[in-house]
Amino acid sequence: MKKTIIPLLLLILGAAAPAYAADYAIDTKGAHAFIQFRIQHLGYSWLYGRFNDFDGKFSYDEKNPAAAKVEVNIRTASIDSNHAERDKHLRGKDFLDVGKFPSAKFISTGFEDKGNGKAVLKGNLTLHGVTKPVSIDVEHIGAGPDPWGGERRGFFGTTKLVLKDYGIDYDLGPASREVYLDLSVEGVKM
Amino acid sequence: MQIRNDRERYGLVAVTMHWLVALTVFGLFGLGLWMTSLTYYDPWYRQGPALHKGIGVVLFLVMLARLAWRGYSPPPSPLASHTPLERRAAHLVHGLLYLLLFAIMASGYLISTADGRAVEVFGLFSIPATLTAIPQQEDVAGAVHLILAVTLMALVLLHIAGALKHHFIDRDRTLRRMLGH
Repeated sequence: MKKTIIPLLLLILGAAAPAYAADYAIDTKGAHAFIQFRIQHLGYSWLYGRFNDFDGKFSYDEKNPAAAKVEVNIRTASIDSNHAERDKHLRGKDFLDVGKFPSAKFISTGFEDKGNGKAVLKGNLTLHGVTKPVSIDVEHIGAGPDPWGGERRGFFGTTKLVLKDYGIDYDLGPASREVYLDLSVEGVKM
Repeated sequence: MQIRNDRERYGLVAVTMHWLVALTVFGLFGLGLWMTSLTYYDPWYRQGPALHKGIGVVLFLVMLARLAWRGYSPPPSPLASHTPLERRAAHLVHGLLYLLLFAIMASGYLISTADGRAVEVFGLFSIPATLTAIPQQEDVAGAVHLILAVTLMALVLLHIAGALKHHFIDRDRTLRRMLGH
């Protein structure tokens, strides 16, 4: 009996290890998280913008990165490209139609650790009422204590969306059919 | 035609400004609807709004001059044949026309200056931003601008209907007075 209990106990302890996966709240309060986008203007330059209002959380365990989970909600009306008239247009029916689709969200479905701090985060992005799977190239930037008694962890992610896939087909020219997302995310351990 | 208004007639200044403003308001309404429907590669995509803003600011200055002139040279009294109800209705509509025009111009200004940018007037001068703190100012001001503009056009139709009623049904001088008669 004793011979089976010990391995069983070890197994339970081992299985309990993922319970150390920490949950992090994305630090939007302190603005240490950014949802930036860039899109080409006429094929001549990059135009940058961002979403100012979003929240989210993730869980991450260094021993089992594949179990990482991420969830982010974005208020689409908070789009900000540093030009009021353009933002008004972007919120309108030609683009985000924020009256009809006030929020966008990302929910992860998988996390493939590629080693060396690199990974691919998979999930479903809902934008403009359309849900599509996306893959985000992720880089683990760092983790550790902050000077104010908290624990933090941060990532950088980037991905590319084809606007038409999300039902946004306003013609901005051939160079501007894809928008790149640059995601800088810092979480505070909950 | 005399320059100033008197008790019987409108003078040249009031008549000219009335028709100039009428023409400009129709033009701006059409231009506004048209320019917001243009596609990104249309040559007027940038020209349209620039023209709309420039003309809008000039209209604002003309409206200020019009109000000042009204104070300096008051309009003639209503025709004796106008009933008290007609007088009150005309007075109310005229007041609302003025009020709406200024509200539309103010809301238009608040769209373009929501991020602190100035409104350019034909590259000659610019009107700086003042109020920029209304939440989602460009969207709120934009919705107000459109709703008030449509309301103004409805009121203008009423104004025209009144003038035509006086001309063709009552057969009085109301409309002809606005041509200096």
